[in-house]
Amino acid sequence: MGKNLIELKNLTKRYGDMTAVDSINLTIKENEFVTLLGPSGCGKTTTLRMIGGFEDPDEGQILFEGKLLNPIPAYKRNINTVFQRYALFTHMNVFENIAFGLRIKKIPKNEIERRVKRMLKLVDLEGFEKRNVDSLSGGQQQRVAIARALVNEPKVLLLDEPLGALDLKLRKEMQIELLDMQRSVGITFIYVTHDQEEALTMSDTVVVMNKGLIQQVGTPQDIYNEPLNRFVADFIGESNIIEAIMPEDYKVAFDDVVLDCVDKGFAKNEPVDIVIRPEDIRIVTNPDDGMIKGTVKSVIFKGVHYEMIIESDIREYMVHRTMMFPVGSYVGMNIQPCDIQVMKRGEPL
Amino acid sequence: MSRAIKRIYMGIIFLFLYAPIIVLIVFSFNKSKSRGQWGGFTLSWYAELFKSRQIREALYYTLLVAVLSTLISTVVGTIAALGINNMGKFSRTVILNMNNLPVLNPDIVTGVALMTLFISVKLELGFLTMLIAHIVFSIPYVILAVLPKLRQMNKHIAEAAMDLGATPSYALRKVIIPEISPGIISGALMAFTLSIDDFVISFFTAGTSATNLSILVYSMAKRGVKPTINALSTLMFLTVLILMLIINKKSDKGEEILL
Repeated sequence: MGKNLIELKNLTKRYGDMTAVDSINLTIKENEFVTLLGPSGCGKTTTLRMIGGFEDPDEGQILFEGKLLNPIPAYKRNINTVFQRYALFTHMNVFENIAFGLRIKKIPKNEIERRVKRMLKLVDLEGFEKRNVDSLSGGQQQRVAIARALVNEPKVLLLDEPLGALDLKLRKEMQIELLDMQRSVGITFIYVTHDQEEALTMSDTVVVMNKGLIQQVGTPQDIYNEPLNRFVADFIGESNIIEAIMPEDYKVAFDDVVLDCVDKGFAKNEPVDIVIRPEDIRIVTNPDDGMIKGTVKSVIFKGVHYEMIIESDIREYMVHRTMMFPVGSYVGMNIQPCDIQVMKRGEPL
Repeated sequence: MSRAIKRIYMGIIFLFLYAPIIVLIVFSFNKSKSRGQWGGFTLSWYAELFKSRQIREALYYTLLVAVLSTLISTVVGTIAALGINNMGKFSRTVILNMNNLPVLNPDIVTGVALMTLFISVKLELGFLTMLIAHIVFSIPYVILAVLPKLRQMNKHIAEAAMDLGATPSYALRKVIIPEISPGIISGALMAFTLSIDDFVISFFTAGTSATNLSILVYSMAKRGVKPTINALSTLMFLTVLILMLIINKKSDKGEEILL
């Protein structure tokens, strides 16, 4: 990964009283696969549209290779976009859709032909040149939209929920293909999605957003294993979030238990939130061998694992295990210190 | 049994609807001048039509007004539809209702209103006022034909064109207009049909210097129905029929047209 390509500085967008994007700062590097992740209305699409030039920021700057991008209209930016639901030109065939940008740039005919052919090969649509875009399946239209953008050899490709309209199996396949394409063309991808699994699968960097603010920026592993706040922990994967206090370094206390952890540096008895992932809770058959005791309340088979709800005297825990413990059994639960993620106390969800 | 009744019922309805036109067409080929009696087949009334200077002049005005009003109302209506499509929900509803009102307004009210307006601004009634009137009543139909196509279009399509380097005007010419062209064409066909078809509004706005076919038929009929009127009416009916078939054929292909 190279130098900084795009920098967002105090970027803000308001619609009336609503602040869609609230003074965000973000740096995107060359050849990076960055995902903006969050629930609908979190400001991720608005951020992408400001980078593409389809929305004017109310405040702040967008820098592209160190130069101010704000005053440059969309059609002069060296950035291309794959839109939601593709936005293909239905009165043109596949070839003309892909050639559109090149024709505007007045590129010689044989060069256009060569580059469109190469793109069709990249997106695995050779022989589809003359086809009407309406006659293509969702997945094929998706590929045309990607080819239409990539053929212009942009430095950055923006993708706005590009796989949202596809069914689950096709979506998984396209995730892998998109990643392959990104590696082979070697450009920056900025990808918007609300699907946390998609974000974790594809990204170098995940930017979690909520209510117009960036909640956390990090690698998929960082985001999953060390969420910075309740929102991130709750949005990414399943989690047990518990309000606790830190009586001293390396200890957390909640309900009637005190557990070891690996965090320090909090004030004495500072209130915190802790996250325990369901797969990090181990079950022992003898309740006395567990740090927390509880009764299995429900069991759901999820394919790879069983999802069990285990109820202690005070709260419920979600546990993922490959071994099933029948409903009603009284068991013990153990948690390793490194599996407890301690976060500053945030607003209650 | 009930099937037979249904058929007969439908047959009677169509007979009522089409019997007058069929009689008209049949009698346009009638050798006898009498309206009640069949005197043998002839094309002489059609031949006479094209001999009459009056009729040729009326045909000329009819076609000239139709072509010009179609061109102008299609351009104006399409631009208006583009603007309406980009409005907020509230203003769009208001404008659309204002647009629908002239469509529902009785022709005679529109005709008298336009005539009063022209006279009040001291515009002499004639070809120009008739043309303006036809443009005015066609525009709402063009808007109604183009708008659904715009609403159907992916809302990011203009952005996609600009994203690929198209200036806004290039995107409009090379992407938006072609995308909605089925709507524009059906709007134009409707404007043309309405213009050829119109009598009431033309009657009030044409004055005496310009006469179109429908006004001519009316004034000829006042002096007694001659078989040439039958021939002329048959031709007008066939023209409108052909245009209707074209419009319907287009709508068969899944392009909706409001009629």
